[in-house]
Amino acid sequence: MTDTTAPVLEMKAVDKSFGPIDVLHEITLKVRAGEVLCLLGDNGAGKSTLIKTLSGVHKPTRGEMLMDGKPVTFSGPKEAQAAGIATVHQFGGTYPLMSVGRNFFIGQEPTKGWGPFKVFDRHKANAIAVEAVQNFGITRITDGDRLCGGLSGGERQSLAIARAVHFGARVLILDEPTAALGVKQAAHVLRIVGEARRRGLAVIFITHQVMHAMAVGDHFAVLIRGAIAADFRRDEKSREEIADLMAGGESMADLEASIDGYMDTHDGHAPPPTA
Amino acid sequence: MTMETTSQTSGPSRPATSTPFSVGALFRRPETGAFMGMVLVFAFFAYFGFDRNFLSPYGTSSWVNMASTVGIIAIPIGFLMIAGELDISIGAMVPAAKMSMAIAVGYYGLPVGIGLLITFGLAAFVGWVNGMLVTRTNVPSLIVTLATLFAVSGLTLFLSLWLTDTTSQALTSPAWAKAMFGDYHAWGFQSSVFWWLGMAAVLYYVLHLSPWGNWIFALGGDKESARNAGIPIDKLKIALFMLAAMAAALSGTCEAILSNSATTTTNFALIFNCIIAVVVGGVLLTGGFGTVAGVFFGTATLAIVQQGIGYTPFDRNLSSLIIGVMLLIAVLMNDTFRNMATSMSASKKGK
Ligand SMILES: Nc1ncnc2c1ncn2[C@@H]1O[C@H](COP(=O)(O)OP(=O)(O)OP(=O)(O)O)[C@@H](O)[C@H]1O
Ligand SMILES: [Mg+2]
Repeated sequence: MTDTTAPVLEMKAVDKSFGPIDVLHEITLKVRAGEVLCLLGDNGAGKSTLIKTLSGVHKPTRGEMLMDGKPVTFSGPKEAQAAGIATVHQFGGTYPLMSVGRNFFIGQEPTKGWGPFKVFDRHKANAIAVEAVQNFGITRITDGDRLCGGLSGGERQSLAIARAVHFGARVLILDEPTAALGVKQAAHVLRIVGEARRRGLAVIFITHQVMHAMAVGDHFAVLIRGAIAADFRRDEKSREEIADLMAGGESMADLEASIDGYMDTHDGHAPPPTA
Repeated sequence: MTMETTSQTSGPSRPATSTPFSVGALFRRPETGAFMGMVLVFAFFAYFGFDRNFLSPYGTSSWVNMASTVGIIAIPIGFLMIAGELDISIGAMVPAAKMSMAIAVGYYGLPVGIGLLITFGLAAFVGWVNGMLVTRTNVPSLIVTLATLFAVSGLTLFLSLWLTDTTSQALTSPAWAKAMFGDYHAWGFQSSVFWWLGMAAVLYYVLHLSPWGNWIFALGGDKESARNAGIPIDKLKIALFMLAAMAAALSGTCEAILSNSATTTTNFALIFNCIIAVVVGGVLLTGGFGTVAGVFFGTATLAIVQQGIGYTPFDRNLSSLIIGVMLLIAVLMNDTFRNMATSMSASKKGK
């Protein structure tokens, strides 16, 4: 992997504001085929806003987005999906009172029949959905007609990821996909990310866990208050430096030391959070 | 992954991934509850109303006719409730449609076709305004449509007086319009019964068979996720409000042509009847779930109680008591269903 391959998806000086609130500022970012971009940053840094802009949910206020070097504008998530961008958003994504099969194909329903009398192909949807989640290691799901609400939080998250993997032809965006997952499923997500990279997809991966970021990231971008504070390749920084950047610029060692010091003098209690 | 799981998934014959049809599964379906309720209520009135001909053709058509005028509107209201919204402005849309037909055809003598065009155009507009207000302002639809309920009812009254100087208007329609919208057919069934059955069939297709149904459920289940999934949620909502208003116009048109007259009186009872039919039919008040069949049975149940009471020795006023109790039972059952559905372990078949 070198910088000579054309980026699949690129942001050029993108700003995003909601009314008077500026959330993203001058974001310039590239993600290449066969590369995992880890998007790091504190809570509220603007990571979800950034990927929602990439997946067509938000329109950039200023700036330009390019796909395969050509400028693109997505009028909505459908167009981004059609361009091969599949996203697992941080929250939601599954509907408890709908079946596994219907959940899997939400917005992209397989149909049979002709003309205007198209019918949702329930058997096909169920078969594909069950196979996809079983491949994901959730072998408890054998019936695509089962309501999604009966699944655990992690199983539902796995369903959402399996769906994105199924539909993501070019770009796979995962917003904190491992947050609700157990150790085994989280490891599986990391394997999936590795697999997607091997198949030549561009992956954008958001996480707060240094371990996960280090395990799959080729390229790291750190967002602080809506601006890119650091952008580097895996081999350019040490593990400690990356951990420090993820903590919002403060040195992790200092942070740990201060907590330890506090705990020593306060009967082992952690310090109250500072405002 | 373990050996076990691989051997399970890689058999020569693929395991069934859809629930096969079975009697047990049929009983777990939510509309089954609505159906059982209807059978129970029907049996009750069939027994106590037998002597007074509840089961005769005319006894039957009396409740089926009433069910049809409510049912035409209740199914679209059910769609809205599944999508997480409500429309109570239908209580004003029905008399507005009646007056519009009566004024256009009865007072100005326009052809029925033109009257229909004006009436359904007005209804589409009212629905569009409802939808726009709800999607653009994020004010709860109960409040928005409460406002439009009064606005439409006020406008109907004002325009009727302004144009015709009266609040009730006679209307005569040609034979084809009578037959199509408002006549008594065999056994005393009104034309609206056929519209009800037709709409139920078409809307069953829309909700349960077509991809749009998926969108409606998703919209009510999780609006944000539905938006993220690329479902045009605003357009969909506006379309549903337009459907509800136009269904109200259809019901009103049928009534006006049947009775050859129209008045401006706002139909508050209809609002309650629709909501009761939808809830008794198993649609969740919180949205995200419901069936056309359930609403169909719920409407029938309501009509059986309201019309059937007259065929029994009981006091007429008791029908409201029965409906109140039924509504409570239905809400409790719907709640139980939701809790079961969202907490049921998926591992029942695992072993
Ligand atoms: N639709 C919106 N309207 C107004 N402000 C918004 C909107 N969406 C996000 N924001 C603001 O943008 C900022 C960044 O939010 P965002 O969700 O992108 O953060 P994040 O980096 O994903 O945080 P986390 O790690 O907690 O998920 C927050 O201050 C948030 O309040
Ligand atoms: Mg976020």
